[in-house]
Amino acid sequence: MDALAHLLAALLLAPLLPGIINRVKARLSGRVGRPLFQTYFDLARLVQKGVVESETSSWMLPLGPVVSLATAAIALTLLPGPAGPSPAAFTGDFILAAYCLGLGRLALILAALDSGSSFEGMGASREAAFSALAEPVLFLCLLALAADAPDISLSGMLGRGLTGSLAPERLFVPVILFILLLTENCRIPVDDPNTHLELTMIHEVMVLDHSGPDMAAIVYGSSLKLWFFAAATVLSVLPVRAMPPVAGWAVFLAGLAVVAIAVGLVESSMARLRLIRVPRLLGAAGTLAALSLVLTVWR
Amino acid sequence: MEFPYNQAIALAEAPRLPLARFRQDVLTRVAAGWRVLALFALPGDDIPEPVCLLGRDRDGRLAFLRAEPTLAYVSLTPECPQCHLFERELYEQWGVVPEGHPWLKPVRFTGTPGRPDLPRPGPGVTDYFQVRGEDVHEVAVGPVHAGIIEPGHFRFQCFGEEVLHLEISLGFQHRGIEAALVGGPDRRTVHFMETAAGDTTIGHSLAHAAVLETLAGVAAPARGRAIGRVALELERLANHTGDLGALAGDVGYQPTMAFCGRIRGDFLNLTALLCGNRFGRGLVRPGGTAFDLDEAVLRLLDTRLEATRRAAFGAAELLFSSSSALARFEGTGRLTSEAARDIGLVGPPARACGLPRDARHSFPLSGAGAKDIPMQIHDFGGVYARTLVRRLEMEASLDFIDATLADLPPGPVNRALPATFPPDTLAVGLVEGWRGEICHVAATGPDGRFAAYKIVDPSFHNWFGLALALRGQQISDFPMCNKSFNLSYCGHDL
Repeated sequence: MDALAHLLAALLLAPLLPGIINRVKARLSGRVGRPLFQTYFDLARLVQKGVVESETSSWMLPLGPVVSLATAAIALTLLPGPAGPSPAAFTGDFILAAYCLGLGRLALILAALDSGSSFEGMGASREAAFSALAEPVLFLCLLALAADAPDISLSGMLGRGLTGSLAPERLFVPVILFILLLTENCRIPVDDPNTHLELTMIHEVMVLDHSGPDMAAIVYGSSLKLWFFAAATVLSVLPVRAMPPVAGWAVFLAGLAVVAIAVGLVESSMARLRLIRVPRLLGAAGTLAALSLVLTVWR
Repeated sequence: MEFPYNQAIALAEAPRLPLARFRQDVLTRVAAGWRVLALFALPGDDIPEPVCLLGRDRDGRLAFLRAEPTLAYVSLTPECPQCHLFERELYEQWGVVPEGHPWLKPVRFTGTPGRPDLPRPGPGVTDYFQVRGEDVHEVAVGPVHAGIIEPGHFRFQCFGEEVLHLEISLGFQHRGIEAALVGGPDRRTVHFMETAAGDTTIGHSLAHAAVLETLAGVAAPARGRAIGRVALELERLANHTGDLGALAGDVGYQPTMAFCGRIRGDFLNLTALLCGNRFGRGLVRPGGTAFDLDEAVLRLLDTRLEATRRAAFGAAELLFSSSSALARFEGTGRLTSEAARDIGLVGPPARACGLPRDARHSFPLSGAGAKDIPMQIHDFGGVYARTLVRRLEMEASLDFIDATLADLPPGPVNRALPATFPPDTLAVGLVEGWRGEICHVAATGPDGRFAAYKIVDPSFHNWFGLALALRGQQISDFPMCNKSFNLSYCGHDL
C-alpha cells in the first residue's frame, strides 16, 4: 500500500495543480479566479459528453488521447514517492519514463496530423520541434542526477535532496527541471495555455478536434504530466526520503504547491517568448545541464 | 477644383473632366503629396460618374475631381496603389470597370446592383493569391473565429513559420448603410451613423454632424462642439486602453491585460456619464450635442478622470517596463514609411511610420481650438511603434480633456439645422477617430436630399497595411500585428 501511495495521490490530486496555477494568476491580476477544483468539474463534465469526430479522420484521432493518458500514468508509476521507492523501479527506468512521455506526445502529434487541419499541423510541427530540443536537456539533467546515485533508476536518483552543502552544481538541476516543466506542459514563456489565438498555440491547437471523454483524457493526462515534472523538481531538491513518512509527505505536497505557485508567478510576470526564441531557452537549459553533469562527474 | 475642407461646393462648379484628364489630375496631385480620401461614383443621370476627393494635410485643402459619366476607365491603381480598394469597390458597387486593375476582385461580395447580368459571388468565394512549392503551405483563418470578434477571412501563404503573403477577404458584415442613406437625411440617418462602426460611434456621428453643418452653412455652438470633442477623446482613450490590454494579452502578459480590461470599462463609464450610454449613442447630433453638462457632472467627471488616468498610466508603464513583452513588440510587423505613404495609411499606424497624418491637425472641427492636441509620431513603423503611439496619444487626450472641461465655453449646446439643404451641393466631414481619419462625403440632389453618401472608415485604408506588415513575419505573430492595427470589419463592410 505504501508503495502505491504516491501513484494514488498523483491520480487523485494532479488536477489540483492547474487549479492552483490559475488561482495564483487570477489573484495577481486582481480577479477572484475560477474555483480551485475547476479541473475536476471540467473532467466530470467532459466525461458525460458525447464525442464528435471528423468524417475524414481515422482511428488515430481517438487513439491519441488514450495513449497520452496511459503513457503519462506509466511514467508516474516509475516516479518514487516521498516515503519510498517506486514499486516498479528498475535500473534504467528513467529511459522508459522519458520515452513514455515521448510516446504520448507522438500519439497526440499523429492524432493532430490525422485531423487534417492546417492549424493542428502547425501545432504538431511546433510541438515536435520543441520536444526534440527538450529531450536531450532532460537526459543531461537525469544523467547529472544519476552520476552519484546509489542506483541508476528514478527511485535511486530522486528524493535524496541536494547531496551535501558542497554541491553547488546540483543547484542547476531543479532550475532545469522547472524550465522543462514549463516547456513540456505548455506554460508561459513557451506556450500560453489561456490563449484563444490558434495561430500562436502549440499544444492547445493540437487538441482542437478532440471532444468529450477524449478531451477529458487529454486534460487529465496533462495534469498527470504536470505532476510528474513538478514532483521530479521537488524530489530533486528536498531530501524527503530521509524524513519520517508523515513529514516527508507534508513537505512533498507543500513543495508541489510551491512549484505550482511558482508557475503562476512566472505566468503573471512575463510575456511569452517569440516562437523562434524558444530554442534559445532550451539551449540555455541544456548548457546548464551539461555544466552540471561535467561538474558532478569531475567531483 | 480645390476648396477649403469646411466649405460646401456647388456640384455645378465642378466640371466633368474627360477621363484622361481626370486620371492625369489624380496622379499629378498624388505625386504632389495629396492623399486620396475617397474615390467613388455619383449616380449621374444614367451612367455613373467616377469622382475623387483628395486632401492635402499641410493646409487642409481638398480637391474634388469629377469624371464624365463612364462604365470603364484606365485604372489608377498601377500608378497609385492607394486607389486599389476604392477601384475594386467602384467596380462592385457601380459596375465601372477600372481597366488594367491588377487585382480586380469583389470587396464585399454584394454583386453589382446596377448590373444584374453579372452573377453575384458567394461570400468569400473568389480566387486567392497562391504560392506554390515544396514546403509551402496555406493556412485559412475565419470567417468564424475562436474569439468573440467580427467575421473576416484571412489566407496565409506560409513557408514553415514564415508568412510569405497574407490576403484578407472581408464583406461578411455588409449591411448596405450607404445605399440606405440615399434620400436622407431622415430620422434613421443619425442611427446609421452611430452604428457604422459601433466602437467609433462618436467619431462617425461627429463626421456626419460636420457634413450636415457644412452643407447648411451652420456652425455648432462652441459648448456643444467642445463636449463632442471630449467624447471623441474619451472614445479614443477607451479603445487605446483596450488595445494596450489586448496587445499585452496576445503576448501572454497578464498584468496589463487584466488592468486594461477594467480601465477600458472605466473610460466607457465616463462616456456614459455624459449621455447615459457607454458608447456615446445619442450624444452627438448634427448642430451640436443632445446633452449638456452641469456642474455636478463636471465635478464627478473630474474626480473619476483623475483616478482612471492614474490607473491607465500605471498599466501602460507596467507593459513598457516588461522586457519580455517589449522583446515581442520590437522589430515585429514593420511597415516602411514609403509603403505606408503609397497605400494611403491613416491613423496611429500611419503616425507610427513617421507620417504626420492627423485630421485633428489638418482638418480641425469647426468651433474647435485648432491645434491643441499634440500629434504623436514615431518612425519605427512596427508593433512597438504602434503601441507607443497609442500610449502617448492617451496622455495627450487626457490633457486635452482636462483643459477643455476646466474651461468649457458657456452657451447652448445645440443649434437647429434648417429643414432643407441646398440642392446639388457637396460637403465633406473629416474627423480623426481613434482608428484614424473618418471621411464622410455627402452630395445632394436637385431636391436637397442625399443623392450619394460616402463613408470611408479608416479601416478601409488600413486593412491592406496589415497584410503588408505581415510579410516575412512569423505566423504566430499575426494576432499581435492584427491587434496593433485593430481594424473594424463592419466599418469596412458598411
